[in-house]
Amino acid sequence: MWARVMWRGLRAPLGGCQAFTSKAGPQVTPQVTAEMIEHLERLALVDFGSREAVARLEKAIAFADRLRGVNTDGVEPMESVLEDRCLYLRNDSVTEGNCAEELLQNSHRVVEEYFVAPPGNISLGKISYQDPPPSG
Amino acid sequence: MPGVSLLNLEFKVNKNDDRSYSKDLVSAGLKQGQITPTELCQKCLSLIKKTKFLNAYITVTEEVALKQAEESEKRYAKGQSLGDLDGIPVAVKDNFSTSGIETTCASNMLKGYIPPYNATVIQKLLDQGALLMGKTNLDEFAMGSGSTDGVFGPVKNPWSYSKQYREKRKPKPHGENDDSDWLVTGGSSGGSAAAVSAFTCFAALGSDTGGSTRNPAAHCGLVGLKPSYGLVSRHGLIPLVNSMDVPGILTRCVDDAAMVLGILAGHDPKDSTTIQDPVKPFLLPSWTDVSKLCIGIPKEYLVPELSSEVQSLWTKAADLFESEGAKVIEVSLPHTSYSIVCYHVLCTSEVASNMARFDGLEYGHRCDINVSTEAMYAATRREGFNDVVRGRILSGNFFLLKKNYENYFIKAQKVRRLIANDFVNVFNSGVDVLLTPTTLSETVPYLEFIKEDNRTRSAQDDIFTQAVNMAGLPAVSVPVALSNQGLPIGLQFIGRVFCDQQLLTVAKWFEKQVQFPIIQLQELMDDYSAISANEKLASVSLKQ
Repeated sequence: MWARVMWRGLRAPLGGCQAFTSKAGPQVTPQVTAEMIEHLERLALVDFGSREAVARLEKAIAFADRLRGVNTDGVEPMESVLEDRCLYLRNDSVTEGNCAEELLQNSHRVVEEYFVAPPGNISLGKISYQDPPPSG
Repeated sequence: MPGVSLLNLEFKVNKNDDRSYSKDLVSAGLKQGQITPTELCQKCLSLIKKTKFLNAYITVTEEVALKQAEESEKRYAKGQSLGDLDGIPVAVKDNFSTSGIETTCASNMLKGYIPPYNATVIQKLLDQGALLMGKTNLDEFAMGSGSTDGVFGPVKNPWSYSKQYREKRKPKPHGENDDSDWLVTGGSSGGSAAAVSAFTCFAALGSDTGGSTRNPAAHCGLVGLKPSYGLVSRHGLIPLVNSMDVPGILTRCVDDAAMVLGILAGHDPKDSTTIQDPVKPFLLPSWTDVSKLCIGIPKEYLVPELSSEVQSLWTKAADLFESEGAKVIEVSLPHTSYSIVCYHVLCTSEVASNMARFDGLEYGHRCDINVSTEAMYAATRREGFNDVVRGRILSGNFFLLKKNYENYFIKAQKVRRLIANDFVNVFNSGVDVLLTPTTLSETVPYLEFIKEDNRTRSAQDDIFTQAVNMAGLPAVSVPVALSNQGLPIGLQFIGRVFCDQQLLTVAKWFEKQVQFPIIQLQELMDDYSAISANEKLASVSLKQ
């Protein structure tokens, strides 16, 4: 019986058979400008590295743009599937810790009980820049 | 008799068996003293060495396993075994933190990183006396659907070397020993899948964010279980997408998956997203009255890209339930076509956040640049992450920009609710379990797989699996039959939230009906390890 149902599904005219991913909506070619590239690289602190990577981002954005086709009026965003439950909170009492030595062992550069970082407040790529850009 | 269950009460080494599956060593055998944990451990270690060419393991914890076997043996001698998992070899994906054992996530970023603690699920396995054979290979940071993009190289599907596959292929010219047509395992938990499929362990942990346990399970002929979100602790699982990740379980039969789930499930004070409801052990009845069930077939999952073989098996499965009296109905999940897009946005956004912790300061790789913090972070991350990971971080950061946040991230969260509601509506209408394909087709050769980039492949391969992660539902892939090429095809059952037991009960019944064949590997493993150029057969030393 199911064979007939499935066969019918496949033989339906192309317009009637819903493709698994939504079709791309009105063409909105995403613009990944040089400014955007620099901005993202600074925020993410990873670099694109190549023209292909930028092209991949453009494709990823075009793919994400298909969401415009969904009507979400009056729909609340869903952050977690467990939204109807209370998250468990532990008692405010210390039950473990005191493992500074163990934790420090995993770092490459340590001085006494400190992780050592290079100088901060110097923005990436513009070491001569006078005022550091606002963070975030 | 399909599968090799840990709960079987018989232990046989049957050399006359035509199917020549390798030794079926089960927990009852251990209890009855027919085999010792050390012997079992050594057999598995030996198999790991023989199947090294599969590249399933990143780290083999031989000493640890043998020591654990020794302790297990002492317990059995006193009649004080810890349970059904005592003395049983298991493997875990290398994105679970293991105390004192390198945990790399198949990335340069964490090469050499040794966690100071065990993930909760690891601790639970160890507390039950399981033997940890090693950490298995994966796509870097679990991003991918082929287990091909890790820094330790790709994982090879054991079925590439199976008699069932090889005898369907054209024979190679004599003397040609070209292995270039090997097949992928699927991903990202491909190492765990290969480890179980090749009999090097009885169960393995994977992780499942968009299908990363179920996909390789289907391609390797295994049971791949994704529990309900909130049932199993994620503490110690290096996170990808906090709102969707779950630890996954890979085994050769449904009973084993249920048994492992029973050990792992339950509230963990260290993971506040685990539910606090009490959890009972997952013992499955050996017989089920299927006529009381309502099975739903989502019509939107019938897509032109679905291979005719998978479609045919899906149809036959539906017919099977119907012939046994179950109510089998077509249902609709109307937002299905947006599901993979929604997943893509939410996944990259959460990844962008989760990967921010890797800056070289407290753990992991650190570059040599010391000019400034930002320069150091950037260089560390460039050196530590591969293209796939960096690509997802950048995409995620794009969607999270102030000007994009509403239109992409919030929008995707709204669509997620619609998708989750689709499932709620279907289950509220009386459906007990959904039946769908797991993958579009059987597995493909590596050379074929790499023709598309990681993001495209993931979007294609995750198509039937990721909606389940967005809704937090339990799902299991069960191997059904071999394709015309002799390769495994699996089908997926999706259950109501926190009804994992019912889901597995249905899966177990189905498994019994289809009698999926056991992989025939023995002679080929021997041939292959003899001629494999890089094979190093270290001797196993016995610990006194």
